[in-house]
Amino acid sequence: MHYSALQILKQGLTGNKGWKPVWREPKPKSAYDFIIVGGGGHGLATAYYLAEEFKQANIAVLEKGWIGSGNVGRNTTIVRSNYLLPENTPFYEMSLKLWENLEQDFNYNAMMSQRGILNLFHSDGERDAAARRGNAMVLSDADAVLLDREGVRKMCPFLDFDNERFPIKGGLLQPRAGTARHDAVAWGYARGADRCGVDIIQNCEVTGFQIENGVCSGVETTKGNIKANKVGVCVAGSSSRVMALAGMRLPIETHVLQAFVTEGLKPVIPGVVTFGAGHLYISQSDKGGLVFGGDIDKYNSYAQRGNLPVIEHVAEEMMAMMPMLGRARLLRSWGGVMDMSMDGSPFIDKTHIGGLYFNGGWCYGGFKATPASGMCYAHLLATDTPHPNATAFRLDRFRHGIIIDEKGQGAQPNQH
Amino acid sequence: MIINHPLLGPRDSSEFYHLGDATLINRPDPDAADAAEQFYEYVYIRDDPAGEYRELWYHEQGDRSWLVVTRNTLTHEISSVELARDVARRQGK
Repeated sequence: MHYSALQILKQGLTGNKGWKPVWREPKPKSAYDFIIVGGGGHGLATAYYLAEEFKQANIAVLEKGWIGSGNVGRNTTIVRSNYLLPENTPFYEMSLKLWENLEQDFNYNAMMSQRGILNLFHSDGERDAAARRGNAMVLSDADAVLLDREGVRKMCPFLDFDNERFPIKGGLLQPRAGTARHDAVAWGYARGADRCGVDIIQNCEVTGFQIENGVCSGVETTKGNIKANKVGVCVAGSSSRVMALAGMRLPIETHVLQAFVTEGLKPVIPGVVTFGAGHLYISQSDKGGLVFGGDIDKYNSYAQRGNLPVIEHVAEEMMAMMPMLGRARLLRSWGGVMDMSMDGSPFIDKTHIGGLYFNGGWCYGGFKATPASGMCYAHLLATDTPHPNATAFRLDRFRHGIIIDEKGQGAQPNQH
Repeated sequence: MIINHPLLGPRDSSEFYHLGDATLINRPDPDAADAAEQFYEYVYIRDDPAGEYRELWYHEQGDRSWLVVTRNTLTHEISSVELARDVARRQGK
């Protein structure tokens, strides 16, 4: 069923009895051409683009829980392409362009809202870095505007400009950045993939890979063994665990990142704002809740929940940036587990095992990458060659010294 | 999380800096024939277990000792804390 205003009118006049389930719930077949392990945003996007863009058929997505139950439903919904390094910029700008047409493309309302992201800076050195980043963005076909103090004040008069310790000197604005409804992104891709014939199989955990003579011919699951010509693993947050089933060790540590939302407030924040003297990003959802987050907890964890010191730290940063929020009440906090890679950049690559592919290492920047990650992974799975915008995301890059260290932190995953 | 420091008693984990896997104590021999391969694994590749994990914590806001903490990454439960010095000596370092 195609969704449209006309459809709403038609269904409304006929008692809303004609709506169909958004996707089927098929039983797994005994064999597929492609199996995508992981029904999160990236896995569903990969299946969708494999079928829709690369015209492949006989595809299944296997999901341990229910689709969208992992990080695609746990992030702070920010979409942007403000990267610096040439290995990253074309990829993330491609992603933002896909975001801009996503809803028309998969015929689903993902509430994509290009309300802009403003990265504040508080010192002369930070201004230089922001100008450099902005120039790199413009060179990669993205958009960037360097605002001075008065420019920031015009946009966000509520910030604490006179903070003695962290005076606001200006900000780097990307007007085309914004937010999207994260659950709807998973649902939209799932519906789009299902309409192209992809089998989405939930509550189906992969418990092993069938590997013989260095070739993967299928997976073992809680719903039985399933053969496949190509298996694409796409389980960021559980990558180390799942790839261990194939006997692989990865340049990844798994860490927990917390996020927060306040009770609903009247509109107070126009877009996404980030604090430059620490790590805090905040935006306001359409429902009115302030959605924000900070650093990871900095110790390895698979627990999907964090600890109080980070909550305290994030609250302190919020008070330093927007003292008006001191009385806002926290509604919920939660955690998601991240693949923290050794250089802070992701992987979209073949493995040394034939027929087995790997997508992961998204650190805590995976949500914005969803469309491009799906497109590039689908390209790799369909053609066995990397997409031109994802050639650098190699699994063997540390062996060869071609790392992509966007923050310049070195091989220290909890610092990326 | 509370880390039970062997010398100082229970301390809040926010006083510490988390470095990573306790195997970092075992720096490879730079003169070995396959030193490049060993250092590649040492610096970049991790077991990253879901469950019991031995890791290095540095008491940055305290006595600046290095600790080897055994902690469950699924529950955050800490089952043992040792001075990294003692662990290293036991391994003949």
